[in-house]
Amino acid sequence: MRFLAFLARRIVGIAAVMIGVSIITFGISHVIPADPAVAALGDHATDAQIAAFRGEYHLDRPLPEQYVIYVNGILHGDLGKSIRTRRSVADDLADSFPATLELSFAALAVSLLVGIPAGIWSAIYRGRFPDVVVRIAALAGGSLPVFWLGLVVIGLFYYQLGWLPGGGRLDTFVSPPPTRTGLYVIDSLLALDLDALRSSVIHLVLPALTLGYFSTAVIARMTRSSMLEVLGQDYMRTARAKGLTERLVVVRHGLRNALIPTVTIIGLTFGSLLSGAVLTETIFSWPGLGRYATASAISLDFPAVLGVTLLAAVVYPVANLAVDIAYYWLDPRIQRD
Amino acid sequence: MTEAFTATGRLGAARLVARAPILRSPLNVAALALIGLFAACAIFAPLIAPYDPLTQALASRLQPPSPEHWLGTDQLGRDILSRLLYGSRISLLIGLVVVASAGVFGTFVGVIAGYAGGLVDEALMRLTEVFLAFPALILAMAIAGALGPSLTNAIIALAAVTWAIYARLARGQILSLRRREFVEAARGIGASQFRIIARHLLPNAVAPLLVQASFDMGSVIIAAAGLSFIGFGAQPPTPEWGVMISEGRNFISTEPWLSLFPGLAILLAVGSFNLLGDGLRDVFDPRLSRAD
Repeated sequence: MRFLAFLARRIVGIAAVMIGVSIITFGISHVIPADPAVAALGDHATDAQIAAFRGEYHLDRPLPEQYVIYVNGILHGDLGKSIRTRRSVADDLADSFPATLELSFAALAVSLLVGIPAGIWSAIYRGRFPDVVVRIAALAGGSLPVFWLGLVVIGLFYYQLGWLPGGGRLDTFVSPPPTRTGLYVIDSLLALDLDALRSSVIHLVLPALTLGYFSTAVIARMTRSSMLEVLGQDYMRTARAKGLTERLVVVRHGLRNALIPTVTIIGLTFGSLLSGAVLTETIFSWPGLGRYATASAISLDFPAVLGVTLLAAVVYPVANLAVDIAYYWLDPRIQRD
Repeated sequence: MTEAFTATGRLGAARLVARAPILRSPLNVAALALIGLFAACAIFAPLIAPYDPLTQALASRLQPPSPEHWLGTDQLGRDILSRLLYGSRISLLIGLVVVASAGVFGTFVGVIAGYAGGLVDEALMRLTEVFLAFPALILAMAIAGALGPSLTNAIIALAAVTWAIYARLARGQILSLRRREFVEAARGIGASQFRIIARHLLPNAVAPLLVQASFDMGSVIIAAAGLSFIGFGAQPPTPEWGVMISEGRNFISTEPWLSLFPGLAILLAVGSFNLLGDGLRDVFDPRLSRAD
């Protein structure tokens, strides 16, 4: 019951934030100094064409009315029509979102699989060589521009060594697996299509490593400092005094407690993954939300930009809500509060 | 004589460290030295740059690093070192302007929210949450795209996505300070609200804001370069680091130095601000540094 109240409170909070988000995105798109009608139709469009365009996109109505039309549309799953692709924005987003989701999940997997062990290792060997290596790598991870790292790894692993593909989701001669989730790795597994599976996995490696480096650094730092805090606790000494092996002490007693703050970071990391995805997708020609957003913003396609921004702003609080729920189950102290 | 001189020197250094605890760690000293170096490059770029950053010399295009051009030349024959030096002006300036404006505005909002409390606090914090819900780069891109791609608009966009965190931090600080005895005492002797905020609350709330500012200098430099890279910030031929990486993109397989050096410049500049942020945090909150 208490959990339901907690959930309800959080959902109401998210809804309130969403209203604010929609007002801001709508506001941004309507302070455009350049005329979206002229941008879409070109300088040579006739007045009649421009008027027809304004009518079609409701640009001729007063701003509050345009906002009401927009919100009403959102509530009915209608995000407007893209000026650039001439398709429904909701369809465009539905097409490109799975690619971004697949890339973000892969990057998150990289950061967890590398970041957590690196953080533990660094804490156990505090002040010694492994600690120094991890800390320098983590500092670099927080300071590297993701778009530059992308270029460097493409230059090295694609152009110089020829080990991995430099862009796209699949080899040109491999056809995509039948769509079930939109995530090629999962879909090709479900269809038992080994060619597509191999191709989609090797295409994921470089973009996922590039995008995941920053969050790997954050997670390694977080795990290290919470692990250090846990290692000094009395119950760790007790566990050792009981004669448990060091491995058991660190994993069973240390890690379980040290991971709680790391779980929080995962939710926050998702936001930075989405931001990073804009640049990573541009570098790796990855057909996801980020590339769609960039192309739309360049061509002043405001319904599309609004759609992406809105979707991104929904994903972030929802990811945080999921983390809060996980946290609620992981840490019994929160349930008591 | 030499011994006495060295001893005095050491004493001077010890005094300096005692006065500025940030200098205790060699890493912090290195970070400050690097930031100083970048600042010097930015200020004295016209004096130290060997070539004009915009002058094209097609005859010497795409040259690898050499004694004439230490870091090589780009596709239009422009000297990369000179462009990097001028680029440090733009990157540091964007960082300073964005962090200062977002910091001042955000702190102002946070102080009002924390001090006024009640409905004002509730409304301002909801607004802050809305801005924090956006992934920063996507919102910055939407704003920069809407206003039109230019350096000034990139600065406005980045400030718009950066201020909210300062509002939240400042509010938290004010809430924890406003009931403290020294504030009650100031109120008791009849100090005005403005005086209480300016003389008693703000100076005590500033530490976490400074730490955040140092980290933000780094993230704003990266974000500004990222915006320029995808075409929403500085425009060619401006010698901006993100623009330089973008221009070198097509030559990554054959002339990698075009993109390599501006990327390294960003890495060093951002790394030193992040190190400084770590150092400041340790100095202001020794509890955290013990875990380090």
